[in-house]
Amino acid sequence: MLINQFMPIKDQSKRQSLEMLSVLCASLGIGIGITSEPLWAQSTAKLPKLVTVGGAITEVAYLLGAQAQLVGTDTTSMYPIEATKTPKVGYMRQLSAEGLLSLRPDAVIASSDAGPSVALDQIRSAGVKVELIESDHTWDEVQRKLQVVGRLSGREILAKDLQVKLDVQWATVQASVAKHKGKKPRILFILAHGQSPSVAGEKTAADALIRMIGAVNAMSGKNPFNGYRPMTAEAMAGAAPDYILTSTQGIEAQGGIDKFWTRPELALTPAFKHKALVHMDALKMLGFGPRLPMAVLELHEKIVLA
Amino acid sequence: MKILAISKRRLSRQAIWWVGFSLLSLTFIITSAQGAFAISPRQLGHIIVAGLTGQLDQSSEYLVFMNIRLPRLLLGVIAGSGLGMAGALMQGMFRNPLADPGLIGVSSGAALAAGMTIVLGVVFFPEIPRKLGSWTLVLMAFSGGLLVTSLIYALAQSSGGTHVGIMLLAGIAINSLAGAGLGLLNYIASDEQLRSIQFWLLGSLGGARWSAVLLVGTITLAAISLSLMLTKPLNAIALGEAQATMLGVNVERVKRLCILYTAMAVGGVTATTGIIGFIGLIAPHCIRLVAGPDHRAVLPGSAILGAILVLVADAIARTAFAPAELPLGVLTAFIGVPFFLLLLRSSKVKV
Repeated sequence: MLINQFMPIKDQSKRQSLEMLSVLCASLGIGIGITSEPLWAQSTAKLPKLVTVGGAITEVAYLLGAQAQLVGTDTTSMYPIEATKTPKVGYMRQLSAEGLLSLRPDAVIASSDAGPSVALDQIRSAGVKVELIESDHTWDEVQRKLQVVGRLSGREILAKDLQVKLDVQWATVQASVAKHKGKKPRILFILAHGQSPSVAGEKTAADALIRMIGAVNAMSGKNPFNGYRPMTAEAMAGAAPDYILTSTQGIEAQGGIDKFWTRPELALTPAFKHKALVHMDALKMLGFGPRLPMAVLELHEKIVLA
Repeated sequence: MKILAISKRRLSRQAIWWVGFSLLSLTFIITSAQGAFAISPRQLGHIIVAGLTGQLDQSSEYLVFMNIRLPRLLLGVIAGSGLGMAGALMQGMFRNPLADPGLIGVSSGAALAAGMTIVLGVVFFPEIPRKLGSWTLVLMAFSGGLLVTSLIYALAQSSGGTHVGIMLLAGIAINSLAGAGLGLLNYIASDEQLRSIQFWLLGSLGGARWSAVLLVGTITLAAISLSLMLTKPLNAIALGEAQATMLGVNVERVKRLCILYTAMAVGGVTATTGIIGFIGLIAPHCIRLVAGPDHRAVLPGSAILGAILVLVADAIARTAFAPAELPLGVLTAFIGVPFFLLLLRSSKVKV
């Protein structure tokens, strides 16, 4: 298992982008430091106990200050760092009904990718509410996460306030992305957590993100495909990406940026000539949680406006 | 049949039944109190009383025990007995102690069909996984197991009936083919599908539901009771096929029934739980070591020991890393193999 933690982007970043980000963070009252303190200090004695399954859903729970209500999370819940210390119910697709119930939650909030469906049925049959949140890689998904976690944690008003703020932030980010009228760079997203990296086709979280930052997915050209495919040298040369986008965890798994570039599949790409590589924490970038506006803005600044 | 006379150091047939059932009941009672969800023996007593008298008990302990743990324990007994019995049948039919239910392609056929359902099912029938839940997977895996087994059986037909040697080789070849098919599916599968296939291949009793317990239980129980009628013919076949024919055994029919019962039991079990390895190989060996090669002892004994092994392995699977769970297929190997090697070493003279 990868050791995930929030890693600040090491690449040089434009001062302008940092300023804009800090303004946004300040206006929201959220940020990296603040999530460790509850937004709303209150007695949690009577509030429902929750198990959250899915990194972004757990993130929302922390943002709403519901961490004391979390009796368990899944192994994809790695942000904020405190979430890694909660009892783990296993990988989100391989939940164990009895194990999860042993934490005695009042409700389970999970991404629609969670399973197996039999385990979810078993949990329901034991009288515990199971709420699934559809993941369709849109801004709606982020809103749904806020609404459901807000409702089931008994923090609806706080969730609504936060949603208004995030909607404003999202509108600002979208407007600044839309302002750019120049050429759209071609981005190749590489999922490199294992020995054989794969590249993102259409209908993936990475594809949705690339569109959101105002760029083109290098794999959506002549032969588009859905989901992920193994990376091959010839296909990468044909796709001709201007930028490589990957997760910080992937870079770590490959043994650093220099090692990453030694992969033979990348040698014939335009991105290789300029060593154009951008990486970001996987959950921040692809989790479709409350950090999505920041992730989109950062990537837009770093790639499209570069 | 004097060769099969039972030596004094061996357990008698009756003893196998008695010792086996006592051990199985003991294991069942002990493991029923094991699990991530803490249920004390006293609560367990209340639950059983409530269950038997039809009292309305809506405590979470009752719901968890009745809806999750009890079907899981029963599925463990069914799976273990089915796999153990099938292992004994296969070793008897092939007259080869290395034989395993996997040889006739049930497991690999089921695995290939399950992989196809996981990876391709969504492409062709996007609605099916949501509507039928995992029943599609169970049905596909069961039919896949039967289909591949019939293919291997058909390949082994020659003028003189079923050729066991060809069947063994055909089984190995078809298993490799199914492995390659799974490899291809792994290649085109998405990350999530890959995880699903991987977990399916490792086996788990986590998906136990009453409906599955009833369905697989009926199939397996039928297969076990029917195969108990094959014990004497199998004893004769142990002397050699020609000798068995001379003793008046319809060898062809026995082989066909062995394959059918194995395909029923292993196909049904594997379709619901995924692949649980080593039980079919280990259980008959252990029984032979304590009770000798008489199939009248080996067949029921293997079924009972298989059930005990799966119950113990699953109790560890659900408690070792609670609230998360270990894959059962991994544990049956981790527990079964050292146990098996120990038995082998301590009594190698008798093998």
